[in-house]
Amino acid sequence: MRSVRALAATAALSLLAFSTIALAGEPKQGGILRMYHRDSPGNASIHEGATYSLNVPFMPVFNNLVIYKQDVAQNSMDTIVPELAESWAWVNDNKTLTFKLRAGVKWHDGKPFTSADVKCTFDMLMGKSQQKFRQNPRKTWYEQVNDVSTNGDLEVSFNLKRPQPSLLALLASGYTPVYPCHVSPGDMRTHPIGTGPFKFVEFKANESIKLTRNPDYWRKGRPYLDGIEFTIIPNRSTAILAFVAGKFDMAFPTEVSIPLLKDVKSQAPNAVCVVEPNNVATNIIVNSSAPPFDNIDIRRAMALSLDRKAFISIMFEGQGDVGGTLLPPPNGLWGMPKEMLESIPGYGPDINANREEAKKLMQKAGYGPDKHLAVKVSTRNIPVYRDPAVILIDQLKSIYIDGELDVVETANWFPKIARKDYMLGLNLTGNAVDDPDQSFYENYSCGSERNYTNYCNKEIEKLFDVQSQETDLNKRKKLVWDIDKKLQEDVARPIIFHARTGSCWQPYVKGVTVMSNSSYNGYRYEDVWMDK
Amino acid sequence: MFAYLVRRLLLMLVTLFGISIVIFFLLRIVPGNIVDILFAAAGYVDPADKASLEKELGIDQPLVVQYWHWISGFLRGDFGYSYVSEKPALQEILPRIPITARLAGLALLFSASIGIPLGVISAVKQGTRLDYALRIVSLSGLSLPSFWLGLLILTASVAMFNQMPIFNPNPQTWLEAFATYAVPAAAVGFRSAALTMRITRSSMLEVLRQDYIRTARAKGASDAAVNYQHALKNAILPVITVIGIEAAFLIGGLIVTETVFNIPGVARFLVEAIRWRDYPIVQNLVMLIAIVVVSANFIVDMLYAVFDPRIRYTD
Repeated sequence: MRSVRALAATAALSLLAFSTIALAGEPKQGGILRMYHRDSPGNASIHEGATYSLNVPFMPVFNNLVIYKQDVAQNSMDTIVPELAESWAWVNDNKTLTFKLRAGVKWHDGKPFTSADVKCTFDMLMGKSQQKFRQNPRKTWYEQVNDVSTNGDLEVSFNLKRPQPSLLALLASGYTPVYPCHVSPGDMRTHPIGTGPFKFVEFKANESIKLTRNPDYWRKGRPYLDGIEFTIIPNRSTAILAFVAGKFDMAFPTEVSIPLLKDVKSQAPNAVCVVEPNNVATNIIVNSSAPPFDNIDIRRAMALSLDRKAFISIMFEGQGDVGGTLLPPPNGLWGMPKEMLESIPGYGPDINANREEAKKLMQKAGYGPDKHLAVKVSTRNIPVYRDPAVILIDQLKSIYIDGELDVVETANWFPKIARKDYMLGLNLTGNAVDDPDQSFYENYSCGSERNYTNYCNKEIEKLFDVQSQETDLNKRKKLVWDIDKKLQEDVARPIIFHARTGSCWQPYVKGVTVMSNSSYNGYRYEDVWMDK
Repeated sequence: MFAYLVRRLLLMLVTLFGISIVIFFLLRIVPGNIVDILFAAAGYVDPADKASLEKELGIDQPLVVQYWHWISGFLRGDFGYSYVSEKPALQEILPRIPITARLAGLALLFSASIGIPLGVISAVKQGTRLDYALRIVSLSGLSLPSFWLGLLILTASVAMFNQMPIFNPNPQTWLEAFATYAVPAAAVGFRSAALTMRITRSSMLEVLRQDYIRTARAKGASDAAVNYQHALKNAILPVITVIGIEAAFLIGGLIVTETVFNIPGVARFLVEAIRWRDYPIVQNLVMLIAIVVVSANFIVDMLYAVFDPRIRYTD
């Protein structure tokens, strides 16, 4: 009898638990998601910026042609799904990418969305239209696109100079929303109009950004939230304390550093926190056009002196990744395998042996214990730049290089780099999509505006094109690994580490996915809901 | 008196003209401009795009021309557009002024209402334990930077009450509105209160040793009457002067307090505008502040002249 009762009780409890799970799993409509924002973005136009401070609040206003699936953490070609497009097809020997567009979609001001809007957007991005963006940082993404043509209101084609499979990946980025033809770039900076799940309400500089639910959103039943409110809190301590006190439902994504994460977990133990790579590589930019770093031996010695694990343990309590240009696996799709990475000078596990070799190279260049090389290590006056620069200076001491920190205000950083008015620089490079084309062409191709060091190797440039056209994924991967290895061996822009950062939200916030190989693509927020 | 007034008025106009020149050229001496910052944010520098943007904003023109455009617009009440938000500068500045004014007013009130009575008590009870305790409090107030005190208050509020006293843009009751400003005002006013307390104490000690105080006591006046009616009345003048100076210095303390408590006031806005090299905002805002300060000085000068005839005749 007792066992029957126990069985009945167990069954009842199981039923209750199951129903609770089922209830908790059922998305609820309503509520305003309150989030703090780390700083005040310069404007509201995603196409005119290069910081995810813009993507987080304004990505929910827009749609792309295609997008990375928002509930899958790792972006890849397999996770690209249609958005304003209903389908796509590669034709003409993979030189034309044609999209069939979704019918009945309306802009937030009620005007219909058509293929003309897609053409307008990409013509502007390629610099081919009358209207111009004030700034167009991703123009190079579309260098292989000859033109964009329309066929009726619901079909649009990208006609390429040569096959470029990764164009689809670039189009799926949070940086690639479709803009309306009928709204000027100036108006898009102050009052953006999109087709996305949330409508723009207001942006008060240094105060707040407010979005409200788009009741006419083409995806029925979405978004779940009534709106999103971002309060701009530049002071990180204040922001974290406010999150802990429950003033916010969500912390700004990927903005909780590893040491702060401990505080959050101790003060708000119920908060849900995840740590993911943000695909931002901390690297050294070397002015190889002037002495002393025009000497390849000194560049190599510098690369050999790096103790990457020390950087990671000091700055991230061990939670970071060592890799080449591309984010290493398992989160990164294109990073070199460990064995290959460790075969590159400076990446081997024996730091002392590496440094002995570096000292020999320095001695060959005329430096030694009695004659140190004095260099300035320039960097931006922001902690994420400054802190690793200090560690770098310390490590360079081991190979007779005396570094002096040269802290540069943000306003002067890029003009200084462009003037080549630096010897060594500590830099951060964020990758919008985990794809070699974006990284290689942007940072290493001859003449690219973001190739700050002016590294130019025609042989490697040819290899960029070969990998870019390769449709076989495995073949392309091998080509990419070889290129990445050569870039590291050339000390083009020595990569120190790939950072990991934390994102936290309150336990009642559901449907949030933090992307694990990009921090620019996962903020549509149409699937987010609150269980309260 | 009329000649004095005209002289002061002319001096005020010359001062404001000088300030406008200093603001304008100092801003241009600082390396980098809005275009550099926008391109830094975008992560690249394209010389053609840069030149086009500089032309669009008018910062490619000679400095004299730029100055004339600004100052003539300012005199007409046309403050131009913010480079960052692209909204009218006046529209950006005006809503923030009352926020900072309330905060500053409350901080001064806190400073006076706490500093003066405690200063009097400290002086009257000189050499007692209470005096020593109050002197420690005042020294702490002078030693604690307001941003650190602000962070301590926030941390303690969260740890002890799980409450976060940061700015509430839409308070429902006057009590909520008061609470929004009271905590940051206390944080920024604490230093000011400490200074007021020390000045009040030393000024009171000096006055309390005067003959007329002894006379008042001999005549049988109560302690309260002696301390507050006879002594404080004469000791208060240097205190008022210090509070006046503190009011001008307060803007420095407010910058950090507004940042820590996330208050969207003028002080933080000014710093952000300087960071972005948003010339229309910085120039007009500093000029407005200068007008307020210079006008207040002018009024005080006039009052001096009203109350002290020597100034009228000798200045």
